[in-house]
Amino acid sequence: MISINGLHKQFGELEVLKGIDLQVNKGQVIVVIGPSGSGKTTLLRCLNILETPTSGSITIDNQTTDFSKSVHKKEIDLFRRKSAMVFQHYNLFPHMTVIQNVMEGPMIVKKVSKDEARKKAEQLLNKVGLGDKVDFYPHQLSGGQQQRVGIARALALEPKVMLFDEPTSALDPELVGEVLQVMKDLAGEGITMVVVTHEMRFAKDVADEVIFMDQGKVIERSKPIDMFTHPKEERTRQFLNLLQ
Amino acid sequence: MFWNNFDPEKMERYLDIAQSSLLPLLEGAVVYTLPLTLITFVLGLALAILTALARISTIKPLQWIARFYVSAIRGTPLLVQLFILFYGLGSVGIVIDPFPAAVIGFSLNVGAYASEVIRAAILSIPKGQWEAAQMIGMSYSQTLRRVILPQATRVSIPPLSNTFIGLVKDTSLASAILVTEMFRRAQEIAAFNYEVLLLYTEVAILYWIICFLLSLVQGRLERRFDRYVSR
Repeated sequence: MISINGLHKQFGELEVLKGIDLQVNKGQVIVVIGPSGSGKTTLLRCLNILETPTSGSITIDNQTTDFSKSVHKKEIDLFRRKSAMVFQHYNLFPHMTVIQNVMEGPMIVKKVSKDEARKKAEQLLNKVGLGDKVDFYPHQLSGGQQQRVGIARALALEPKVMLFDEPTSALDPELVGEVLQVMKDLAGEGITMVVVTHEMRFAKDVADEVIFMDQGKVIERSKPIDMFTHPKEERTRQFLNLLQ
Repeated sequence: MFWNNFDPEKMERYLDIAQSSLLPLLEGAVVYTLPLTLITFVLGLALAILTALARISTIKPLQWIARFYVSAIRGTPLLVQLFILFYGLGSVGIVIDPFPAAVIGFSLNVGAYASEVIRAAILSIPKGQWEAAQMIGMSYSQTLRRVILPQATRVSIPPLSNTFIGLVKDTSLASAILVTEMFRRAQEIAAFNYEVLLLYTEVAILYWIICFLLSLVQGRLERRFDRYVSR
């Protein structure tokens, strides 16, 4: 489903991604862990082209984009539709109600009719347990509820891949569970997911594979049980020790 | 001075003048002051939005033009600009009538000042809003129209109301280029009956009433746009 080849990203002098190669199969849930500054969020943002990679190529769902050459805007638009992102700080549109937030993408970008978009949005909001909050404004909801709206908004785009950028890091501890539960349900439905998170419990329970990144490189990739019980690399071991 | 030597007869004369001048003054307000204010505010605001967008665009020449425009307008007195437009251009054969000249002058002015307000309001919207819009696939113009400008509007209502109320009062400068708006009417009447203090006080009170009513409108607008923000 996803194939990343030789991906580099540079911010000025700073090289954040130093050649990432990564394959993700359809339906897999991949959790990316690593210290801050390791490039994991940048990697995720490159998949949705919120950052334009400096070089390398990414294939999602059979569409390959090679960033070593200049890429046409049309191609980026098409490529971006393959994935949808859930942000750390939700980034909901505060001037729109919950259901408008979810309808916006399908209506404005995919030109779906209003009725159809509404029906779909209601379904998705029911799915994330917010069927009774459709006409609320984001600020009237808790952080956990807002993040679930964020998930519904991303799902409404019908992406091939769901990207989660530390979706629970900004939440109060008691609200983390409800968001992780929604993500767990999604994983159960066979949606391909790439999740950057510090929730090791989630990684252990839900991930098919865990990737450890450090200093712009993938250091280790393995099944969660192997990663957490006997990591192969010294750096991975150090990082996991720090978490305990 | 009319407060010395209180005299019922004089008092009556003052009241008479105040009363009889009220209608011409209000006529000046309704026919010139208010239309001039409204037209120039709408045109100026459109100009301001374009200028603000040019300033934040990544196209260098657009930025330069916008910077030059704002700098030139903010760096020169409004009265001088009006004189250039009306007397200056008139002297070389480009004759513009008083009212259109005033519309052009004030619009250019509002455009420059309000563009900074709008630019600041746009920049105050968190980067995450741009990214979320980008993520769901919106183009730059869709993002501006549906996500950024609606939120920037809320932020800019108080400072734009300032601009608007300032504009109401600034239109009195149009009297200097022969627009017979409210203040010029007052000048004309005073020139006729010499009750200068009375007339200018009366016109000041009328400006004050107009501005007071406008500030009530501002309050309503703010409340309307605040419904999606927590307090």
